[in-house]
Amino acid sequence: MDRIYLDYAATTPVAQSVIEAMLPYFGTEFGNPSSAHYYGQLAEGAIEQSRRDIKKVFNADDYDVIFTSGGSESDNLALRGAALEQRKRNGATKILISSVEHDAVGHTAAQLQQKSGFISVKLRVAKNGIVDLSQLKEQLNKQVVLVSIIYGNNEVGSINPIKEAAKLCHEHGILFHTDAVQAAAHLKIDLSDLDVDYLSISAHKFYGPKGVGALFKKKFLPLLPQITGGGQESGFRAGTSNVPLIVGMVKALEINNESINAENSRLIALRDKLITNVLRTIPESQLTGHIKDRLSNHASFVFDGLSGNDLLIALDMAGYAVSSGSACKVGNPKPSEVLLALGIKPSLALGSLRVTLGKSTSENDLDKLLTDLPEVVKNLRKEKQLKNGN
Amino acid sequence: MGTKVVVAMSGGVDSSVAAALLVDQGYDVTGMMLKMWVGDCEQADNACCTPESIAQAREVANQFHFPFYVIDVKESFKTNVVDQFIEAYQNGLTPNPCFHCNRTIKWGELLDKATKMGANFIATGHYAQILRDESGLSHLVKGVDEKKDQTYALSGLTQNQLQHTIFPLGGLRKSEVRELARKYSLNVSEKEDSQDLCFVGAQGYRGFLKQYRTIQPKPGLIKKKNGEIMGEHQGLDQFTIGQRKGIGSGLGVPYYVISLDSENNEVIIGLQEELGQNIILTKSFNWISGKPECLSGTAEVKIRYKAVPVSCRFESLENGIIKIIMDKTVRDATPGQIAVLYNGDEVLGSGIIQSTMRE
Repeated sequence: MDRIYLDYAATTPVAQSVIEAMLPYFGTEFGNPSSAHYYGQLAEGAIEQSRRDIKKVFNADDYDVIFTSGGSESDNLALRGAALEQRKRNGATKILISSVEHDAVGHTAAQLQQKSGFISVKLRVAKNGIVDLSQLKEQLNKQVVLVSIIYGNNEVGSINPIKEAAKLCHEHGILFHTDAVQAAAHLKIDLSDLDVDYLSISAHKFYGPKGVGALFKKKFLPLLPQITGGGQESGFRAGTSNVPLIVGMVKALEINNESINAENSRLIALRDKLITNVLRTIPESQLTGHIKDRLSNHASFVFDGLSGNDLLIALDMAGYAVSSGSACKVGNPKPSEVLLALGIKPSLALGSLRVTLGKSTSENDLDKLLTDLPEVVKNLRKEKQLKNGN
Repeated sequence: MGTKVVVAMSGGVDSSVAAALLVDQGYDVTGMMLKMWVGDCEQADNACCTPESIAQAREVANQFHFPFYVIDVKESFKTNVVDQFIEAYQNGLTPNPCFHCNRTIKWGELLDKATKMGANFIATGHYAQILRDESGLSHLVKGVDEKKDQTYALSGLTQNQLQHTIFPLGGLRKSEVRELARKYSLNVSEKEDSQDLCFVGAQGYRGFLKQYRTIQPKPGLIKKKNGEIMGEHQGLDQFTIGQRKGIGSGLGVPYYVISLDSENNEVIIGLQEELGQNIILTKSFNWISGKPECLSGTAEVKIRYKAVPVSCRFESLENGIIKIIMDKTVRDATPGQIAVLYNGDEVLGSGIIQSTMRE
């Protein structure tokens, strides 16, 4: 069976040139960057070159780059590390997050509330998934220790006004973090302009390897290390540096950013064709997230009268790899909290579908999907109706 | 591609080997795990549908390169199996949830799903055999491993359901299945068999009932058959026929639960010799062939999953009631359980025990 991969928000394949860039650091140049000898120096050279290169991509001269094991670790380090250290300095205990955060932020904030004496408050989002800045403004006061708002949402694709949010926080001297795990693959991020205090990324979303990411932290801002040990990463994250993966991440990022504008134009055209045709050909369908301010590769829907899990299975069997918005291989049909936060009613939220495009996606792929999807949806609805009728 | 079959996978040894065998036999296999309702005991080790079990089944699917999906049947399972289970106990019955799960979930929801996907068969890791004769009829026959035979809980299946079913393990002994699991290097080859009901968890069924019952049990009287009051009980759902434990001690000789009178909320107890019954009336009788071969005849009857079959006569009464007259009295024929009629190794049919008597 011909299979079509349309789940690039879940993960992406590693580019061949990235694999080649990594290979020497598994074998011939295997040294530990912390070692004093020649082998160590070679490895350290590679890491520090990568650090300079990634700063260049993000225009991040005023930032420390802390290499981590990925997006979740970066989010955990930012939330825990900033909240715990900042509370020590100013006594503030309230953490504000949006109601559409990835669990790496949401669950961490919840745990900080349950176990460490913080108060976690969720900010409203509009129907289009964009965080309500007026509510943020109302909430900002001396009690707030940290604000974290996702940049590009993984489930509904909406892009939040991060620059404005960071500015509001800074007017009150409050620290601001953004989870840019999805956004980094599709937005040209200029940190000197965006001016956030902490920013998380993960390599495997932009054709880099899994298991590596980074946290950008504005210089001199507080951060309590969450992994302590040998003092690597300027003491912010202990553990022997994963040299090949770090080299691979930065190489992938450079390649991705070289063509980001052209690729975005191509993807937006495909995405909008997909959205238009799905809404036109499938009755009782609805786009989730913002119609324009959304990730260039991201189309997400809800369909009335069917289960998202059944839809994924039917599409997988037809050769399409898609998602319902968040990982749900366990078949647990709880409506997504993100969709509920957008005001979508629970029965509708169960019928969610996320299609995310990437470098190998062709117009032909989408034409095929657009031929099959209405049929699949129709059949599933008929089945469900029959069953409920019985 | 071979014939399309959907295998019900639990992440255990049996269903994993069943799937592996079907792949080897050239079938076009799709694995499915049914996510059942498990109440508050998601972490119960013996239940399927735990994240570990899902991962184990996925690994097997991955090893044999077939697709695997988890299907949610919580709602249906809760209504058709769990709620019925609770209600039955509240009515003084001793239900058999596996029997009902097979009929309504595995051969209901799953078969339905499989058919819609274009599969010709569903397969499970049950120890039972289906023999198809030249007239096209499917016969349900005990598994070769008599100790593991599961035809008791499968006896509610209809001709139509059996015709779309494969039992790959029916001709194997459990030890051979373990051996095959090792031969295939399955990750689950040494996994222990599940023991208890999948949804009750570590608390056992009595603890489960205490947590989920819908009507508070009423205290009532414990009586002898002749009406003599022997004590008080705290609720019928804590008793089953033949039970000795928990029946007021200090009566001198051991007493047993003879019957549960849900109408009067009374537990009837008696001496060991009063325990036996030889007549069973069943309702909702399911003949495997679709229709009774004859209105009366001789057979062997099995009244519990682990009971030894007893020779009997049976006759059809009005309203589909089948009367079973056993050649000897048995101690634990219990309303709510299933009476399965066998002709040798073949299942003739079964019905739910409605009442028992002694003549």
